[in-house]
Amino acid sequence: MTTTIFVPRDAAALALGADRVAAAIEREIEARGLDAHVVRNGSRGLHWLEPLVEVRTEGGRIAYGPVKPADVPGLFDAGFLTGGMHRLRHGRTKEIPFLARQTRLTFARCGVTDPLSLDDYRKYGGLRGLENAVKMAPLDIVKQVTESGLRGRGGAGFPTGIKWQTVHDASAANKYIVCNADEGDSGTFADRMIMEGDPFVLIEGMAIAGIATGATKGYIYIRSEYPHAVATMREAIGIARRAGILGWNVLGSPNMFDMEVRVGAGAYVCGEETSLLNSLEGRRGVVRAKPPLPALQGLFGKPTVVNNVISLASVPVILDRGPAFYKDYGMGRSRGTIPLQIAGNVKYGGLFETAFGLSLGEIVYDIAGGTATGRPVKAVQVGGPLGAYFPPALFDTLFDYEAFAARDGLIGHAGITVFDDTADMLKQARFAMEFCAIESCGKCTPCRIGSTRGVETLDKIAAGIQPVKNLELVADLCNTMKFGSLCALGGFTPYPVMSAINHFPDDFAPRAVPAAAE
Amino acid sequence: MLQTQSTQIEARTRAVIADNIGLEGPLLPILHAIQDEFGYVPDESLPVIADALNISNAETYGVVSFYHDYRRAPAGRHVIKVCQAEACQSMGSDRVARRIQELLGIGLHETTPDGRVTLEPVYCLGLCSCAPAAMVDGAVHGRLDDDAVEALVAEARG
Repeated sequence: MTTTIFVPRDAAALALGADRVAAAIEREIEARGLDAHVVRNGSRGLHWLEPLVEVRTEGGRIAYGPVKPADVPGLFDAGFLTGGMHRLRHGRTKEIPFLARQTRLTFARCGVTDPLSLDDYRKYGGLRGLENAVKMAPLDIVKQVTESGLRGRGGAGFPTGIKWQTVHDASAANKYIVCNADEGDSGTFADRMIMEGDPFVLIEGMAIAGIATGATKGYIYIRSEYPHAVATMREAIGIARRAGILGWNVLGSPNMFDMEVRVGAGAYVCGEETSLLNSLEGRRGVVRAKPPLPALQGLFGKPTVVNNVISLASVPVILDRGPAFYKDYGMGRSRGTIPLQIAGNVKYGGLFETAFGLSLGEIVYDIAGGTATGRPVKAVQVGGPLGAYFPPALFDTLFDYEAFAARDGLIGHAGITVFDDTADMLKQARFAMEFCAIESCGKCTPCRIGSTRGVETLDKIAAGIQPVKNLELVADLCNTMKFGSLCALGGFTPYPVMSAINHFPDDFAPRAVPAAAE
Repeated sequence: MLQTQSTQIEARTRAVIADNIGLEGPLLPILHAIQDEFGYVPDESLPVIADALNISNAETYGVVSFYHDYRRAPAGRHVIKVCQAEACQSMGSDRVARRIQELLGIGLHETTPDGRVTLEPVYCLGLCSCAPAAMVDGAVHGRLDDDAVEALVAEARG
């Protein structure tokens, strides 16, 4: 029997040389005349081990990593096709602690299957949610999603079922499902991983959303910085169309649903749902005032569901296993699982899907293993560029929408970026303002002007010019931005800025003047 | 008969528009296709697009100028995008960007005088768990150390 070797095609693996490793393996198979073939799977999310090569053996899948092209002949010499010992061997993949401790619902297949094999998708439980959905009344689908407690994973945490209900109840000639795949937050990559590693689950989730709300057309708006995700999604949509999952009769039912990929053009603000809609319509990605809600007047003025990739990709498992199964995970009003993205200066970076409720300290120390540099952790930014910086003193905060809000933070898209003690928090606060200035759509004044004034004022503080007065000014400015901005870009930029000031006051104290040159 | 460069651009622009005009909200797909065709969005294309979509020149210009991706002039033969967002910052992306600038002798948003390499900052490539990261002509690179940076720059210049 031919042996299967898995080499990921995920962008993180590619960035670490996976293509060269796959080519080296192919060469070795050829040269040694072996009966083996390479499958390009998604990533398991153990990114410090990428490229993570797996071999399917009688004893399960065995992991080797991180593999460099030069390691490949040695792996064959060590008999890795039968799970032979080697310094890069980590035993059975699913028993690696980082993976064994996870609850993989949304990411159940990611890294396990060939992302573009529909046979693999079905074999590992795919399409069961959609098969159930086509037999249900639309309102019952909405009810199940509502009962599951699923909240928008893009950051706002709005209950997905309620959004769907609004679109379902709206009457219009046509409605849309828009998937927000403009994953621009630094520290996040879950959307990218699912699109590259299990694209059919997103297609399935969007088709279910379409049937539930009466929408017949879907758009996935993917940022241009993700060329691999764009290519994989486009290929998967073609496969799904040919298999009758998309088209006039979804899975042979009377429901019509089709979708296409649209590519962004490098504007961070297009991750905000109304500016994303303007961008899809071919306009400047300027934020719209709400109301009207996109659920009532969204894309081209029609009722539109705008959901994040992970929200939509979590729907199939809910329709498959039932809302109670999903709801059983989590705490408080944060139900189900959340794919944590552990990034930055960490020993074990990657994707960790788990029920809500872990403490930040457990995530940073037990799971991420502390910093990559081995220095003490100074700060953790949770939720991307608009998320607050948490000091170790607040590491008892539980990962939950409300618990983070109570400490002036947000979980956002669940990206966790760790900084060691060399980080300069004034510099980080300045960057937050600078980033807001670069990416502001320009519609509202607090964001457009406030961000630039913020950079200037923080520069004055760094230069030791009236630091007390200027710190008060920054706090006042942040207050204006927080309450006066139209969207989360201007409205949330104060989170990283004020958390840096409040938790790391020493970094904002007058600096030692460099010794005079003459 | 010789075609002038600008009528050639107009003809090629019309062909690109014809391929995309059937889409809902076709402007961004058209602009992406124009940039793929020419390497940038030429001034000559804008009135042709405005005319085809029945929108004003100002609206078309407004869209082109809003998005960071659209170039108004050709880039160098190779484009290095070095990530400068928070996760990469935590792993020394400042230093990586400085080193690339030293090696190329240019700043961010600049092109080498020989037209070989353009250097740009990018805010997140989704490679935050293998920072610092960069993209060269669409190929991704993670965990950049000094050697990797030098190899990457040498290849782009090569």
